[in-house]
Amino acid sequence: MFSRAVLIMIGKGILETLYMTFMSSLLAYIIGLPLGILLVVTDKGGIRPFVTFNRILGVIVNLIRSIPFVILLVALMPFTRAVVGTTLGPNAVVVPLVIGSAPYIARLVESSLKEVDGGVIEAAQSMGASPLQIVFKVMIPEAKPSLIMGGAIAVITILSYSAMAGFVGGGGLGTIAINYGYYRYKTDIMLVTIALMVLIVQGIQEIGLKWMKISDKRL
Amino acid sequence: MDNQEPIIELIGLGKVYDNKNVMVRALENINLTIYEGEIFGIIGLSGAGKSTLVRCINYLERPTEGKVIFNGIDLSTVSEKELLKIRQSMGMIFQQFNLLMQRTALQNICFPMEIAGVPKKEAKKRAYELLEIVGLGDKAKAYPAQLSGGQKQRIAIARALATNPKVLLCDEATSALDPTTTRSILNLLKEINQKMGITIVVITHEMSVIEEICNRVAIVDQSHIAEIGTVEEVFMKPKSKIAKQLVFSGAKHIDIFEGKDKLRIIFDGRTSFEPVIANMVLECKTPVNIMFADTKDIYGKAYGQMIIQLPDDEIGKKRIYAYLEANKIPFEEVI
Repeated sequence: MFSRAVLIMIGKGILETLYMTFMSSLLAYIIGLPLGILLVVTDKGGIRPFVTFNRILGVIVNLIRSIPFVILLVALMPFTRAVVGTTLGPNAVVVPLVIGSAPYIARLVESSLKEVDGGVIEAAQSMGASPLQIVFKVMIPEAKPSLIMGGAIAVITILSYSAMAGFVGGGGLGTIAINYGYYRYKTDIMLVTIALMVLIVQGIQEIGLKWMKISDKRL
Repeated sequence: MDNQEPIIELIGLGKVYDNKNVMVRALENINLTIYEGEIFGIIGLSGAGKSTLVRCINYLERPTEGKVIFNGIDLSTVSEKELLKIRQSMGMIFQQFNLLMQRTALQNICFPMEIAGVPKKEAKKRAYELLEIVGLGDKAKAYPAQLSGGQKQRIAIARALATNPKVLLCDEATSALDPTTTRSILNLLKEINQKMGITIVVITHEMSVIEEICNRVAIVDQSHIAEIGTVEEVFMKPKSKIAKQLVFSGAKHIDIFEGKDKLRIIFDGRTSFEPVIANMVLECKTPVNIMFADTKDIYGKAYGQMIIQLPDDEIGKKRIYAYLEANKIPFEEVI
């Protein structure tokens, strides 16, 4: 049905999409996870309340989150060029993806950690646990199933953002869909890429759900 | 109880919460000494401030007035780091157990030792010992979700004992349990107190818990200590209104009984082994109507009260009064 060249292109697209998605997710978590922890810990009633800091952090997070990703993608181009040397290709997309999704991840992590029963944290405090111990030995392990589920949601969101980057030559399935489906009216190629995206999203969701179920000892 | 070494002293303790510039007073001028090896009860209705009080003892709540002296150390003078260290010698258990849901029973018991920096192997060995002590040797690998309420509380007790604390604070530890389980948990606490010599502070709203295990009791009402004394004293002669309310909680219903001239006869342990009422009836040759009776066994002695209705004839009434006075049986008129 498709020529060899098209198949190779689609194959490359899949790999690029997966690369962008997982690389960005990893880097975004490196930033977003600590931010989420800070949002919970410094919150009023948290284990180390620091309301002013918490407010400022909250505003920054909301600010970045409220910028539509396409705008962020373009606005960050000079910065992207400074970091990776180009504004084209998968590596160039990783930069805005990380910056755009880290605040989102921070909020996801925040809401997961807030689900942890306050009584359990109090029990840890009564045993003389330090704030750092409470974060790493109580909050994160207790919130693990919810963090995993949040992780699946974050990765899927980043995947769809990465497809948006197709408009500015980001590479991956998104670029193929836009270049062939939108600009050249090759509906069949567009449909295939969409189907592939659906499959990847489905896969990530399933893996997340399974992993969560295995790790949750409350069931 | 024999060595009267104070382990916890609360001096002029007070706590005010600043709730959006509205000051809410939770505790005021609490003075309390808890001695090493005793089981001390703190009872009060909900909202009386007893939960805040117990959290002031280990500084989970920082008091706004007064001092907490634990084992000779004024907790307000120690650094944050030292405070964490001190908390390791105060175990605490809770109404909702507060176990780590993602850890097994064994890992839960190891948790405070992890925090205290006990080597893993040693911690595990101690955890197994503790599982035996609380009678759950076969539940090491079970997750809290697989355990019943009573079992969860046993694991929580084992966890609280892991770092060999001097004091065990129990915040409504049996309030989420059924009566049978409550009794078994209380027995376990009593056993721990006797065998390990750990001082236990019991917070509860149930008088039956106090009766069952406490040596002394403080009654907290509206942020203050209303009354404090041995359990026997408070049961026999509750002085404050709130103490009477708590001790005679079962006697609320007497109001619905018709008739006047009711007497409350108080059993103070001394008189319980003689048939008081029967003797009185035989001696006075006057029948009485028993309207309410409630006796409790506290450390092998019976305490309680009985409400009787006196006969109408004045002579019989006088005889009964004279009999009770002559035999030094405490009584009071019920209005």
